Amino acid sequence: MRKVFGFHGGIHPPENKHQSVRTPIADAGIPPQLIIPLSQHIGAPAVPVVAVGDVVLKGQLIAEPEGFVSVPLHAPTSGTIVAIEERQIAHPSGYQAPCIVIASDFNDEWIPHSGTGDYRDLDKAQVIERIRAAGIAGMGGAGFPTAVKLSVREGVKIDTLIINGTECEPYITADDILMRERATQIVAGTLIMQQLIEPSATLIGVEDNKPEGLAALRSAAEGTAVEIVEFPTKYPSGGEKQLIEILTGKQVPSGGLPADVGVICQNVGTAVAIYDAVVLGRPLISRITTVTGEAVAQAQNFEVLLGTPMSYLLELAGYQPQESRRLIMGGPMMGFTVPSPDVPIVKTTNCLLAPTEKEFPTPAPAQACIRCGMCAQVCPASLLPQQMFWFAQGKEFEKLENHNLFDCIECGACSWVCPSNIPLVQYYRASKAEILQLRRDNEKSEQARIRFEARQERLAAAEEEKEAKRAARKKAAEERAQQAAADGGEEDPIQAAIDRAKAKKAAQVTGSADESELEKLEKAVVTTRKRLETASGKLAQARDQGSDLVQALQTGVDKTRAKLDAAEKALHDYQQANSDAPMAKAAPTDAAQAAIEKAMAARSAEAALSPAEKARAQLGKLQQRLEKSRAKLAESRDSGAEDKIIEALESTVERLSEKIAAAEQELQATEGA
Amino acid sequence: MALMRITSPHAHGPMSTSKVMLNVLLATIPGIVVLTHFFGFGTIVNILWGSVVAVACEALALKLRRRPLGFYLKDYSALVTATLLCVALPPYSPWWLIAVGIASAILLSKHLYGGLGYNPFNPAMVGYVILLISFPVQMTAWAPPRGVGELPGLMQALQACFTPAAFDGATMATPLDLLKQNNSLLVKDLWQQSPQFGRWAGIGWEWANLAFLAGGAWLLYRRIFTWHAPLAMLAGLALMAALFNDGGSSASGGSPLFHLLSGATMFGAFFIVTDPVTSAVSVRGRLIYGAMIGILVYIIRVRGNYPDAVAFAVLIMNFAAPFIDYYTQPRTYGHQRGEGEE
Repeated sequence: MRKVFGFHGGIHPPENKHQSVRTPIADAGIPPQLIIPLSQHIGAPAVPVVAVGDVVLKGQLIAEPEGFVSVPLHAPTSGTIVAIEERQIAHPSGYQAPCIVIASDFNDEWIPHSGTGDYRDLDKAQVIERIRAAGIAGMGGAGFPTAVKLSVREGVKIDTLIINGTECEPYITADDILMRERATQIVAGTLIMQQLIEPSATLIGVEDNKPEGLAALRSAAEGTAVEIVEFPTKYPSGGEKQLIEILTGKQVPSGGLPADVGVICQNVGTAVAIYDAVVLGRPLISRITTVTGEAVAQAQNFEVLLGTPMSYLLELAGYQPQESRRLIMGGPMMGFTVPSPDVPIVKTTNCLLAPTEKEFPTPAPAQACIRCGMCAQVCPASLLPQQMFWFAQGKEFEKLENHNLFDCIECGACSWVCPSNIPLVQYYRASKAEILQLRRDNEKSEQARIRFEARQERLAAAEEEKEAKRAARKKAAEERAQQAAADGGEEDPIQAAIDRAKAKKAAQVTGSADESELEKLEKAVVTTRKRLETASGKLAQARDQGSDLVQALQTGVDKTRAKLDAAEKALHDYQQANSDAPMAKAAPTDAAQAAIEKAMAARSAEAALSPAEKARAQLGKLQQRLEKSRAKLAESRDSGAEDKIIEALESTVERLSEKIAAAEQELQATEGA
Repeated sequence: MALMRITSPHAHGPMSTSKVMLNVLLATIPGIVVLTHFFGFGTIVNILWGSVVAVACEALALKLRRRPLGFYLKDYSALVTATLLCVALPPYSPWWLIAVGIASAILLSKHLYGGLGYNPFNPAMVGYVILLISFPVQMTAWAPPRGVGELPGLMQALQACFTPAAFDGATMATPLDLLKQNNSLLVKDLWQQSPQFGRWAGIGWEWANLAFLAGGAWLLYRRIFTWHAPLAMLAGLALMAALFNDGGSSASGGSPLFHLLSGATMFGAFFIVTDPVTSAVSVRGRLIYGAMIGILVYIIRVRGNYPDAVAFAVLIMNFAAPFIDYYTQPRTYGHQRGEGEE
């Protein structure tokens, strides 16, 4: 006998399982219409590969997975795609999601398919691919893509494969009846997984309140390496983390995966789906769903096609809508209410619970928390729910996280025992959502902050640079003024140097512009000519071959020719216009030389002037420039030009004003002298 | 009809706050019966009058706080406070003493702090200590037990309560008083000299303690509270008594058995220390909380000025409960010990 461990807390709510196991699994048949949500699993929604109006066969692929963590969808029966649109689905938020709607033709005609009895001949990747292609997602309720879970990463050693047959939630018997009736398939599916994972132990864990299921599994597993482990009934033993602790004594680290402690967990329903996929070649198109609660006349388990509207299934079970005010998908502890009976059954629908008001009365208003601590006693995660309740009320999120709010598995044991009727889980769920939202917001604002700071830094650096330049200019101007004042009527060597340099630069610019313009025009003529030649060649070839393209090519050649003409003309005009320019410039050897000569000419002209005249002339020039700049600045401001431009203009105006001030000073000094 | 949308869990356990309170009330019955047997109807009259005052105070406070009367009165917490305080009061207490005590407990200790669940101090003990400090004479006048003195009848008990001036009841020192005041006799001689002593402790007291123990055991069986705090308190008290029991000299503090069956020991352990609102909540926290109360009870009984000490010890530890909770968070599933306890 394998040693069985315990886990902290847990409760023993009334099981209410007997009602739905009195009769064997019933076939729910084919409803007139099937609504298949594109997202029935954790991960990216599948992408439709069919269009409205397509006729599909049973088992035909209708949507393919998007990315690695996703699963495909298959037509549960043969029929016609009548819509691909948003429909209301079974979701705690009651929202709409894209669905493929199939109108059944009631022929239930299979697409050709085949499995392999001897999967041992296949390599692991092939088996995993079959599981993936069959669209299998965890059937226990979470709906995680099974193929992803079974693809063990390199370097990770899995020593225990656990098949979960616990089904600890009250009312639900889908796994129980599966174990009773299809134990052989469960064991066969388990062996396939065993081959994939190669663990040292393969366990099927079942609570001791399912003696029939246990007996069936034991006889099916005889002679195999699969071990059936029985353990005491307690809610929530079937929680993945709890089951791992029960069977191995190990705890999955907070925020980690079962693989971190060498364990992989799968549900018994998933095992059967794997058997169907690999051995029979059937995709996942139906599941076992328990329909129960006092508002149905005949509680029982159905084999139901995915996409079957809940209302269809409820009717089969003798649902009395007037008796029931809520409809729950899943069990009474962790299930959620659905917005309408028309939502479809999906891969994770293990139970449909229609309780009467007497069975589950509308919750009474919450009384004060008396800190009795019953919640802490039953918490399977060893949390302090009553403390977390205080913090949740006060929105003390940091304390909540310190009290490990995110280790709460939302099993509902705390709410169940709470004598004051406080909906504790609801508080935790809301707080988790708020904290996650805050984290996202923080991330966003953090990024915004980094961006903002970088921009501020950039602006500050630019401003600093500008300021330094301005200061340097000011200093230079002052020095100049002083120099001028000191030198009196003497020639100003600095000013002269500046003028020289400016003249040189100006000359260079004109020169290079002339040159490049000419070059450009020449180049344009050459390339256009070349293009024309190529195009003409092609045209000739096309004509020879009698191609359809002749017309198009002809147009191309004509256009190119026109372009060439234009280019030649432009070149000619330019040459004409500039032909006498070199003569006027007294044929300098190069542009720089010309600039120097020009500057020297200017200098000699200047030298002829008296210092006062010179200064006055300078001042006049500056004032003209200032006026121009001011006008430009005003214009830019009016037209709402970019800040950068306005700033530049402003600094120009400022600079000029400084210069004028300096020049005026100079003039005064000269006149005074 | 639109379907109801509510979140899980949909099922709810059988327990409710009113049921918890009713269970506590029921569990006091054996103790009350024994007290009545040994000390007469005084306790019952206390409780009846105290309950009337308590409900009136509760209603007044709820009205002032604009809370729905019916909803909150139905939690029976006021009745529990009244019963616990009135059991602790000497039988044949005057009506005003009871009224002052109850009003302090309900108005001052509970509603001023925000009502049920928000009070940091045990209301019954706050009421008791206020009375003990304000009216020491009335609070230490305990009637002699059956067989030692004359027991007043029901009419006399009513008279004692409502026309205290006309009542002339005998009073006598309790065994805890006797032991404390003794400084010349061996415990054995003291035992023989004083008629109040019985088989293990005081006459009446020992049986009352056993009856409260029985009530507490029933509550434990009903899982109204866990064993941690009460057993830790009894263990703490017994350990201290054993450590300092010198075999019965005149300076002896009394044997462990004497302490366990004297005064308010069992009543305190199962009805006061277990008050969930004011105690520590984690398992380790409750062990520390209970043990510290037990140790304090012994110290105050033997070294303090007051003969009994449960009320003071409990109030002192009420102060410490949040602190204890802070340092005794249980290890969450999947965490290492010490993680997250910064």
